[in-house]
Amino acid sequence: MSEEIKFKIDGKEIIAKKGQTIVEAARENGVYIPTLCNFKGVKPKGSCRICSVKVNNRFMTSCTTPASPGMEVYSNTDEISDLRKSIVELLFVSGNHFCPACEKSGNCELQALAYKYRMMVPRFPYSFKKKGVIATGPKLLKEQDRCILCQRCIKTIKDEEGRRYYAFKNRGNKLEVVMDEVMSKTISDELAKQAMENCPVGSIIYKEIGFAEPIGTRKYDKKPIGSNIETN
Amino acid sequence: MSKKIIATTSLAGCFGCHMSILDIDERILDLIELVEFNKSPIDDIKKFTKQVDIGIIEGGCCNSENVEVLKYFRENCNILISLGECAIMGGLPALRNGIPIEECIHEAYIDGPTVKLNEEKILPNDVELPMLLDNVYPCHDIVKIDYFLPGCPPRADLIWDALVALITGNEMDLPYELIKFD
Repeated sequence: MSEEIKFKIDGKEIIAKKGQTIVEAARENGVYIPTLCNFKGVKPKGSCRICSVKVNNRFMTSCTTPASPGMEVYSNTDEISDLRKSIVELLFVSGNHFCPACEKSGNCELQALAYKYRMMVPRFPYSFKKKGVIATGPKLLKEQDRCILCQRCIKTIKDEEGRRYYAFKNRGNKLEVVMDEVMSKTISDELAKQAMENCPVGSIIYKEIGFAEPIGTRKYDKKPIGSNIETN
Repeated sequence: MSKKIIATTSLAGCFGCHMSILDIDERILDLIELVEFNKSPIDDIKKFTKQVDIGIIEGGCCNSENVEVLKYFRENCNILISLGECAIMGGLPALRNGIPIEECIHEAYIDGPTVKLNEEKILPNDVELPMLLDNVYPCHDIVKIDYFLPGCPPRADLIWDALVALITGNEMDLPYELIKFD
């Protein structure tokens, strides 16, 4: 039995199916709520907080909060935009996100969110991390200073038997996402490209092809992130 | 209306941002009607001759001279703008942050694969040379910066719109395509 749930985002009526989260329902109804760690087909965990919204006057992550009838959700307010902007800024300063030298520039979700929220400069001091690059595999390299630890690669890049190519290593502020060295040697071309595509930043890079798309033709050059979802 | 006075400088930058200023094409003739340049590589004035309205900084701070020039600009400019990624976050030179200076210098002058002629293994040691800082610093880590214009280089239209808005006192209406980090 599929029940319809009606609630409101920024005053707009949203019709959701039972069990849908706020983010999913919003997308189906033409409202864009930014996400970074959340990815289609992966169980949401609400770790990056970029999808935070105000539900009945409390901050909630919209990727983990199920839609319920009559809830009043606020997403596109000054307060929440500034909160999201500060999350983007924290991600920028906690790694080494030097866009002009990054192969993902123009197709990067983190960068696109910085454009969307008009980040001219982060309000926090840069940390200038130096974790380095792991480039032992034949097809992919992993730039550790750009990784935002979103776990998308860990959860989506698997072989036919369901074994994961990526995993966490170390703990606390030494936490890193690394690729299995043995498995990385046999990764298919298609899956390698998928891994780069699924990474929201420029941490997973497909080797030997870089800067192939000219400036002006890339994903977020002309239109802000989410503009394909939004309807008025 | 009296002309606004502009000063510019390139610290640890590549002069790409200055090239982008010139990229406003024929509007530079309009600019000359609106402003007068003081200390700048464009007119080669070395020292401030009066208090300046707008100072434009390209590049971050990688050595003691950069810091000195930046502080000199802060003293003599009413408004300071960080222009481009290097001024905002250190940029390409900041890729050396986290690597010890000794290692960087040895790579550049002794061990690097392109070093051929330094058989005596001399490192730059002239007393006139400014000292390298431990890291490359964004300008706003050293002095107060009023405005930031990102880009590598910032688009000419962005520079033009920002300058015109500052000079005329009107609010800036920035289209999405103008704010880019690369």
